[in-house]
This record gives sequence, C-alpha cells and structure tokens, in this order.
Amino acid sequence: MTKNTALLAQLAALVVVIVLIALVPGYFEIFTVMQLTLFASMAVLALSLAFIWGFGGILSFGQTAFFGLGAYAYAVAAINFQDSTPAIACAILVPALFAVALGYFTFYGRISDVYFGVITLTVTLILFNVANSTSGQEYHIGDAQLGGFNGMPAVPTFNAPFDPSTPLYPEQGWYVTAGALVAVYILLRVLLAGRFGRIVVAVKENETRASLLGYDPRLIKLVAFTIGGAIAGLAGALYVNWGAFISPNAFSLSLSAEIIIWVTVGGLGTLIGPVIGAVLIEYIVSSIGSQQVVNANLVLGAVLLFFVLLLRRGLVPSLQLVVVELWHRARRAPRPKAEPSAAATPAGSK
Amino acid sequence: MNETIPLIRTENLTMRFGGVVANDNITFSLREMELRCLIGPNGAGKSTFFKSLTGQQIPTSGSISFRGQPIAGKLPHQIARMGIGIKTQVPNVFNGLSVREHFWLAARRKSMPKELIRTVDEILDLTRLGDVADRIVGTLSHGQRQWVEIGTVLAAKPELILLDEPAAGMTDEETFRTADIIRDINRTRAIVVVEHDMAFIRQIAKTVTVFHQGRVLMEDTVDAVLADQRVRDIYLGKKVAA
Repeated sequence: MTKNTALLAQLAALVVVIVLIALVPGYFEIFTVMQLTLFASMAVLALSLAFIWGFGGILSFGQTAFFGLGAYAYAVAAINFQDSTPAIACAILVPALFAVALGYFTFYGRISDVYFGVITLTVTLILFNVANSTSGQEYHIGDAQLGGFNGMPAVPTFNAPFDPSTPLYPEQGWYVTAGALVAVYILLRVLLAGRFGRIVVAVKENETRASLLGYDPRLIKLVAFTIGGAIAGLAGALYVNWGAFISPNAFSLSLSAEIIIWVTVGGLGTLIGPVIGAVLIEYIVSSIGSQQVVNANLVLGAVLLFFVLLLRRGLVPSLQLVVVELWHRARRAPRPKAEPSAAATPAGSK
Repeated sequence: MNETIPLIRTENLTMRFGGVVANDNITFSLREMELRCLIGPNGAGKSTFFKSLTGQQIPTSGSISFRGQPIAGKLPHQIARMGIGIKTQVPNVFNGLSVREHFWLAARRKSMPKELIRTVDEILDLTRLGDVADRIVGTLSHGQRQWVEIGTVLAAKPELILLDEPAAGMTDEETFRTADIIRDINRTRAIVVVEHDMAFIRQIAKTVTVFHQGRVLMEDTVDAVLADQRVRDIYLGKKVAA
C-alpha cells in the first residue's frame, strides 16, 4: 500500500518535471534556456558520480576523465562523420571502454580506495596534459584538428537523428539535454531497484560479506564504474552540443572537484540530490561570475565547508529527515497531552 | 557421492603472519553431514583456520580440498559458490540494507525465482526476524544482527556451514534456540562451529576438535575432550566442569 502510493507520487513528480521541461522554452528567453541546457548537462555528469560513489562506494576523483573523453570523442566523430548520431554513440562508448580498462587494472589489482582516488585524479591530469599538448597541424584524427590548449571550435551540434541537414535549434537542444537527464535518472532508478542495484549496494556496504555470499566485488565494481563512465561521456557530448566547443579544461581539476561538491551538497546516496546540487551550485557560480565583488571559488569553498561541517548528509537527505520528523509530530499531535513533553525532551536535550 | 572422500580436508595447513605461526601443520577432515565443534582459547587459531577455508586468506603452505577439489588459493566468492558459507566472528552484515534484502541476496544464487520468496520467508520465520524484516540492519540490536548473519548464511543453502561464535552476545534462551537450529540444519548439511560456551557445546557436539597455539591438540568425543586434563588446563578458570 505505502509502496504503491510512494511509486504513484514519484510518477506524478516525474510527469510534473516533464511538463516543466516542455514549458521552459515558451516562458524563458533564449539566454536562460541555454543556461538551463548547460545546467542539465552538468546534472547528467553529477548523476554519473552520484551512482558510482553514492551507490557503488567508488569515489572517483577524476570523473572528468570520462566527461572530457566523451566530449572529445563526440567532437572528433561529429567533425568526421558530419552527423551527430554516431558521434553521440562514440561519446558513450569511448569513455565506457576506457572505464573498463582503467577499472580492470584498479579493481582486479585490488587497489585500495585511497589509491583509487589518487589514480583517477592522476588519470584526468594526464589526459588534461595530453589534450593540452596537441596544438599543431600534425595532431588530428581524420579531419578533426585537436587544437591543443585552444581546443576544438565550431564542433557540429546535434542534428535530427541520421539527418545532418536538419540541425537542432537551441530549444530542441534543451529538450534533448533535459530529456537525456530524465532518461538517465529513470535508467539509474530502474537499475537500482532491480537485482543488479541491490548487489551493487551490497558490495558497497560490505565487500567481505558480498564475496562470502559468492558475489565477485571486482566484477560488480567494474560494471558500476563502466556505467558511470558511459554516463559521464554522454554528459560530455551534451556539453559540447551546448557550446559547440571543447577544450582541455573539460579534464580540469577544478571541474573534478566541482562534481564531488555537487554530490556532497546535494546528498550522497541519493540521485535527485546531486542533480539539485549541480544545478544550484552552477547557478550560484554563474551568478557570481557576472560580477566582480567576490570570487566564485571562495564561495564554492565556503559552501563545501558549510555542508561538510554542519550538514554532512547534504540537502536532500537532511530535508527528508525534517519532513519525516514533522510527519511524525503531526501524527502524534492529536494524542493525549502527556506525550508531547516526553517526546520533546530528547529533541531539546540534543 | 563417494563416502571415502571427505567433505573438507586440510593437510599440513600452515598460516604464518611474519614470525607468528597462527596455524601450524593442521590436518583436519570432516565427513559429509558431520557436525563438528572447534574449541580452544583465544588466539588458538580457530578464526584463522576458518579464513583459510573460505579464501579470505591464502595459507602459507599446505592444502585444502573440498570434496576432493583443491581450494587453497581460490578467491572467497569462488569458494562461496562451491558451497561453503560462513558466519564470521565479527558480524559481517550489510548495515544499509533491510533484513529481507540480506536473505534475498543470499538466496537468489541457489533458489529459482518461485522458491526465492518462500526461502526468504522461511528464513525470516526460522530466525524470528519477521517483525523487523523491512528494517535497516544497521538499526538493529547486536543479537538481532547475529541472527541476520546466521539467516543470511542459511539462506544461501551452502553444503558446508562454518559458524564462528554464533551464540556470542545471545541470551541463554537464544543460545538454546541456536543449538536447536544447528541440530536441525545438520540433518541435511555439515557444520563446523567455533564456540566457547561449554553448555552449548555439550548440547550439540558429537566430535570436538581442540585447537591450542595454532595446532590441533586433540580430537575426540565431547565427553572425552572435556574430561581431558590438558583441555582443563587450557581452559582453567572457565566452566569446563559444568
């Protein structure tokens, strides 16, 4: 009964979100629509870490490696094919394969969590430097010049599926990006509700117990990590579509750190939290960027400190706690008067 | 099944940690459907022995075979799939999952989808955890978590069950029940139990193996072992004579 009502409520929320997405281009100026498109692509990136860290227990400090690879794979393929359809597929496949390779050596090599963080961080730094040092005519893949630190300008944006002659308008680009965000969210929810999702969480909770029940933690982590890599790659393609441009900054440390901040602020262990975290923080950063009074990184640091010190669970889980608490109090209220004082004591003593 | 092949057999099993010899030349054999108790003071090497059997560590030397197949050096999940289940000394549970999910995760490897729900319900009944089936295990009491782990091991339907101090932290009534359940499971499967509670050992044991300083001190019937002077010396001050 309660499970069904919860499911119905979630479906209703989903419908509301889809309606809102459909209404955005009609209500906002094109500038705002573009900005929301950027936020949505960042939110997809946030989901990739939300999944592998929050549910798989894999803290990747270099989720940007897959984001950047996806972005570059999209750009190179889109320039060569002059069609975004196979390019999007490349943007998902290339990072996924890279995640398989990286994950194989780290998980099967029994690298501990700390070193795993260091390795993923290093990998994205290496990719940053590699991409940075490709300026010069000789660095090209097919027709695509990699462009070194200048990046690749004028990358073809999304077109109608298999129809390069029909490029998408920015409004349509918004639909695709927001649609991808909703689709990835639903995909992860379904995945987590199913068999594989439970096993992933079990491995996160206790690797020893999972292996003593016959589950291979290395394989489970590898699969989860690969799914995360594929999603980050898709986010990369969405990002290139937004700006028609990609530079080595896609691999940058500051973006790597930002993803972790989105997830921490939004709430580790939830999917919706990191999405909210990404949008909120990107909004704050871009608002601060439009004036010169305070530095954006300073504010970002303060926000992170605030959450780590005072609201460790993050926005969404904290909000859930408050709602549940209020719900219980509301239900207790009509009961005999002696009870509220007893119930109030523990809360007051804390 | 050939009766002469033991269910599990170790030969000259040795486990060294630096200069410490935790298991020294242990030769141990268990028949199909046998119930064996391992006793011995803390540090005698019982838990180390269990870790070698389940692949949580690779023995320094010696061999382990499960129904004639060598398993030393295999990984825990491979050994678990062959049919060895263990309840570890320090409870190993998934703190963020519900009780039902524990049993489900354990049972789904062996049970067909249709029996799966039934198996989970059976284990919920057996462990008397039905009332808290949907609670998150991290919020349960220590005793309940013990039962969760025992239930998880049983739900996987292993051929050989290793129980490392299953009654630790339980009330007398619960300990009694645990012994009952162990005897019940033993009708179809082999079990090795590590325990310190002598009343409990008396209740379930037929054959007892005594570990002392990493070696097998003796192996005999429960009465003979508890009457042995050396065993009494090891356990001096404990309730051997009970």
